[in-house]
Amino acid sequence: MGIVFRKEEMKDIQSASNVNIVQAPAGFEGPGFFATKLDHVVGLARKNSIWPLPFATSCCGIEFMATMASTYDLARFGSERLSFSPRQADLLMVMGTIAKKMGPVLRQVYEQMAEPRWVLSVGACASSGGIFDSYSVLQGIDHIIPVDVYVPGCPPRPEQILEGVMSIQTLIQNESLRRRNSPEYKQLLASYGIE
Amino acid sequence: MESKPAIQEDNKQYTTLNLGPTHPATHGIFQNVLTMDGEIIVDSEPTIGYIHRAFEKLAEHKPFYQVTPLTDRLNYCSSPINNMGWHMTVEKLIGAELPKRVEYMRVIIMELARIADHLVCNSVIGVDTGAMTGFLYVFQWREDIYEIYEEICGARLTTNIGRIGGFERDFNETAWRKIKKLVTDLPAGLKEFEKLLVRNRIFMDRTIGCGPISAERALNYSFSGPNLRAAGVDYDVRVMNPYSSYQDFEFEIPIGKNGDTYDRFMVREEEMYQSMSIIRQAMEKIEKLQDKTSFHADIPSFYLPPKEDVYNNMEALIYHFKIVMGETDVLKGEVYHCVEGGNGELGFYLISDGGRQPFRLHFRRPCYIYYQAYREMIKGAFLSDAILTMSSMNVIAGELDA
Amino acid sequence: MDKPTIDQVAEAINEKFGDAILSKEQQYDFTVITIDKSILVSLFRFLYDDERFQFRYLTTACGVHTPDQPKPFTMMYQLHSLVFNLRIRFKASTTLNDLQFDSLIPIFSSANWMEREAFDFYGIRFKGHPKMTRILNVEDMDYHPMRKEYPVEDLTRYDKDDTMFGRDKANFKKLN
Repeated sequence: MGIVFRKEEMKDIQSASNVNIVQAPAGFEGPGFFATKLDHVVGLARKNSIWPLPFATSCCGIEFMATMASTYDLARFGSERLSFSPRQADLLMVMGTIAKKMGPVLRQVYEQMAEPRWVLSVGACASSGGIFDSYSVLQGIDHIIPVDVYVPGCPPRPEQILEGVMSIQTLIQNESLRRRNSPEYKQLLASYGIE
Repeated sequence: MESKPAIQEDNKQYTTLNLGPTHPATHGIFQNVLTMDGEIIVDSEPTIGYIHRAFEKLAEHKPFYQVTPLTDRLNYCSSPINNMGWHMTVEKLIGAELPKRVEYMRVIIMELARIADHLVCNSVIGVDTGAMTGFLYVFQWREDIYEIYEEICGARLTTNIGRIGGFERDFNETAWRKIKKLVTDLPAGLKEFEKLLVRNRIFMDRTIGCGPISAERALNYSFSGPNLRAAGVDYDVRVMNPYSSYQDFEFEIPIGKNGDTYDRFMVREEEMYQSMSIIRQAMEKIEKLQDKTSFHADIPSFYLPPKEDVYNNMEALIYHFKIVMGETDVLKGEVYHCVEGGNGELGFYLISDGGRQPFRLHFRRPCYIYYQAYREMIKGAFLSDAILTMSSMNVIAGELDA
Repeated sequence: MDKPTIDQVAEAINEKFGDAILSKEQQYDFTVITIDKSILVSLFRFLYDDERFQFRYLTTACGVHTPDQPKPFTMMYQLHSLVFNLRIRFKASTTLNDLQFDSLIPIFSSANWMEREAFDFYGIRFKGHPKMTRILNVEDMDYHPMRKEYPVEDLTRYDKDDTMFGRDKANFKKLN
């Protein structure tokens, strides 16, 4: 015997299941089949299941906590599963000042990540050193690792961090499967001295 | 509590475990190289400085009013306290007298900042015991406090709130309404949060007796703030050396007994209620004041005039020019001013040689001083307790590493 | 016990360490006593133990560099008697050739990192310190950055145009 719902209860359930589902990529459709490009499917899957590694060092990390918390809720973008192990992470989110003492650590974390990997530099300090133009601060993490998206602000608002994540999503969706094998990409990594 | 297994001095093989600097449980970047006997910590070697940003050197190269953004980034969980501590230091140096209304407004902002600071710390203690729910609950209240900051200064976290001599503008109606709403609603919210943790058996088992420190050792390590009070010493700068008219307020200083994680948690909880009471009192006092409009002191050589006056008024233009170009004469001398920050006595030791920049500015950063005791506090504890001890001490990387 | 005045404290110090007191002045709400660095530990031990004062809380300590003074390096110590709510500041200076103070760790455990910080920033050494190494900066740094002769900026920056940003060329050349 099934569960019988009253009419007003049904309404609640329907509204609760009002979940957005991503659009299928363009392709050919017919009875029982759907054909599309592998790139598109992989991009779609990767885009909506990013596992970020929060590399939160200072103030921006607190704004990241706000982004994770209930009001802004990063989970809406499929990124609520934080991967604290670099081996399983897709996205390295560098939030906060990276001092020279920290530089080698950051680089090691990047090297430990498996391809494909993306880097989001959150805040002025990570992007350029910010207001800390001093002897101990690395003037932008792009001196040691390649960066995909920069988020400005000191610290950026959670909305800005979300926009940064969405920009990363766009990059991921449109990335060719062969990009990581391309000579340009290898040259980029070589310019940073990363194998 | 059962006693912890004693550390045996035999020829056991110890494990060396590197905790940090990017370990997620360390909330920031601290490194501890632990010597472990199974699950028990035999010794630890802390390394800090992973976000050393040279605040003190930078401050020597910035005019007084530009040091405020640096102070934001010390203890970034409660930036307004740092900002105002710095403003009061400069005001002490130049001998400025502030109207009562400004002092009470400052008290409101500082107490809001204290609540915001303690909310983060306590919810994170919850997260470290495995209770994520409390964190999600209280961050809504923190967002409300951010909204109040935004009404007043336009920024959320690194506020740069206020100026030397007062505030850059008066609080608007929305700000007052939001403050009133917060102090009305927050007690119920906090009660809800406490219901999850305070008498929760798991939470109590994890935190009671975890990372204790005696009052004597705490004083020897120059503890201050909630961590010292949890150990049973009622030292609070707001009472011992009142600043910004704290002597006009009635409030209690909660103290603990054992100096363990649970006591630190409870002291912070109670302090939030006391802060709300102070905010209510301050709002009543502002209502009663004759003065309804002043929001800064009358110190034209340090407080920037409004922009309209700069364009239309000769005198204002001169002062504007003098402040911005650094032509203002500052007294020579050295001054120390301390405020009760989120973590304890936040001091500013300023030496002025009469120039527009500080000759030397030393921050007495409570975190930096009491984090030294961490090594002693986790000796003989379990690894998981060490994490809890760290989060309950509220070690903020920005403040620690300057 | 009655609360002693700060003058009584100064008197008692004068009585006990008379010839080692170099000056006493009032800086805002603080009495600042400049002492010879040889009496540091015995003075702090006296103030700690004496029941009349009980200065048992080391608020802060830091180094100061004043290049134009005959003794350019100064250590500032601030003590607090929590029982009587008295605060006092001590200063002791030394020259570059004799850049060493006695460590206060036997009296105050908190002095440990304050002294390491002074070493890191100014190169001031502390006799009897168990681990006199850099604390905030990288281990292989070869200068003490808070000394006045060194610039605040990163010396390896190449992206700044000197003519536009007013970078201190003199300092830059000296180091390279």
